Amino acid sequence: MAPTAAPTFQTHDLAHDEPVDYIWTLNFGPQHPATHTTLRLVLKLDGERVVDAMPDIGYLHSGFEKIGEHLDYNQYVTVTDRMNYISPMANNIAWHGAVEKLLGMELPPRAKYIRTILAELARISDHLLCNGAVGLDTGAFTFFLYGFYQREVLYDIFETLCGARFTNSYTRVGGVSQDFTPLVIEKIRTFLKTFPKTLEDMERLLNRNRIFVDRTKGVGVLTKEEATNRSATGPIARASGVTRDLRKDEPYLAYADMDFKVCCMKSGDCFARYLVRMAEMRESLKIVAQALENLPSGPVNVGQDERTALPDKGLVYRSIEGAIAHFELTMTNRGFETPHEECYSAIEAPNGELGFYLAGDGTDVAYRARCRPPSYIHFAIFPHLIRGHTLSDVVAVLGSLNVIAAELDR
Amino acid sequence: MLKTTTLEAMLAAYPELAVSEFRGGTRVVAQRGKLFETLQWFLCQRGFDLLVDITCVDYLNYRDAKDRFGLVYLLASTETNERITIRVYLNEPELSVPSVVSLWEGANWMEREVFDMFGIVFDGHPDLRRILMPDEFTAYPLRKDYPLQGRGERHNFPVLRRNQA
Repeated sequence: MAPTAAPTFQTHDLAHDEPVDYIWTLNFGPQHPATHTTLRLVLKLDGERVVDAMPDIGYLHSGFEKIGEHLDYNQYVTVTDRMNYISPMANNIAWHGAVEKLLGMELPPRAKYIRTILAELARISDHLLCNGAVGLDTGAFTFFLYGFYQREVLYDIFETLCGARFTNSYTRVGGVSQDFTPLVIEKIRTFLKTFPKTLEDMERLLNRNRIFVDRTKGVGVLTKEEATNRSATGPIARASGVTRDLRKDEPYLAYADMDFKVCCMKSGDCFARYLVRMAEMRESLKIVAQALENLPSGPVNVGQDERTALPDKGLVYRSIEGAIAHFELTMTNRGFETPHEECYSAIEAPNGELGFYLAGDGTDVAYRARCRPPSYIHFAIFPHLIRGHTLSDVVAVLGSLNVIAAELDR
Repeated sequence: MLKTTTLEAMLAAYPELAVSEFRGGTRVVAQRGKLFETLQWFLCQRGFDLLVDITCVDYLNYRDAKDRFGLVYLLASTETNERITIRVYLNEPELSVPSVVSLWEGANWMEREVFDMFGIVFDGHPDLRRILMPDEFTAYPLRKDYPLQGRGERHNFPVLRRNQA
């Protein structure tokens, strides 16, 4: 099924050429079990070969960037949850990382470590789903269930931590909403112990599985030059040999203190993207273990003087300063001040570079909150990857790009 | 993050660029007429091979703003990890800039989104259509004069029945 070399075909300029009767059109989506989310592809087929694919997106467009101009910096975190809902923690961290960069705020060390741990857990959760979905679409159902069971464990950790399983809204400007409790740390430690075994099982299921390898190897090849030229980032670029990883290249949070490797492959096909994600999960585990061992003590929020984080409830009820600080933050005509400036800040989200371009206008509501969504940029590569492959490869390539439609359309 | 050698080379090549610094990031304001040339210089001469994003800010109600739109190009280099922000200011009615799809393939959808949301035209773009909003949509929703609730477009969308499809 998988062609060994990139197949060569007569290319058709469908817009201008005379219509040819053997080319037929297939509508894929917006509701299809293998698109996983709401996106639509119009495929031009020559027999079973895809001659061209035309993505049609916007079905889930809900104006997140417009809403960002009307909600304040702490409120908007709930919207970022709903962008890439596979790893909402990473979105929270990216959003407030950008806000703190705009404010020029330095986080307390404990908050940095907690965010690092959660960003890596979010990465594991995202890669489990992405690889699980690739497995599911290519016929490996057990693999998917193994992955989903471990995601459930991660959801339990998030639930213990902040009460929400799915839409965490965990970070705040200048810190996080809840500190780690001993129970959370214990649950993460248990996860660190049990997860490698599942990971081994998962690798044993698929890494040398003939059906899976045949369906993914050599399919959807993206070369290194193309990957950079088409703005690919994250695991997709790294599977093509681009060594860029913001955790190493522009260390943010506590990544400078961590010892981990950047996982890269050279072949740039769906199988390479699968392997990079599997390898990254192991590195994430290493980071979580290190951060948990070296978790500093201290506050998880910036001090009260910064006037961005809500003070502790004890302070609010028992001291006038606490009550005033709480009042100033929660009233609609108050809030904190931001500079009249614009800045861009990005993190290495599970899917690639997730950045926010913020324009501050003095108030605590962003003047412009642009999200640089990795899914959107990766989906633009899709027609290029699928041209010349068979219809059954559509799901493998789509799965390996990990396109989340809520982030795609925002 | 930007190397001083890059900055010096840039100022030697384009002395008219206005450079500013904020939180460790270097921003450059380019002239509209020289935008393509400047971007091409960064790609070809300094190896800024990754176009991170293209976005736009509408400065309609912004304090001290002289121009209506600010178009933002975020560039990065995968070799040296430098980053630079290149901005260009646009005013009505001249809302068009040359497309950079010929330099970076990845600009294709980014430019389509800016066109869709702000109505900025990219000359030479291969396929400049709306991408997120429906084709029938006439307004540019991320402009500041467009209300959050919309202008009632959703109520007027044509209803497509099964027998017409």
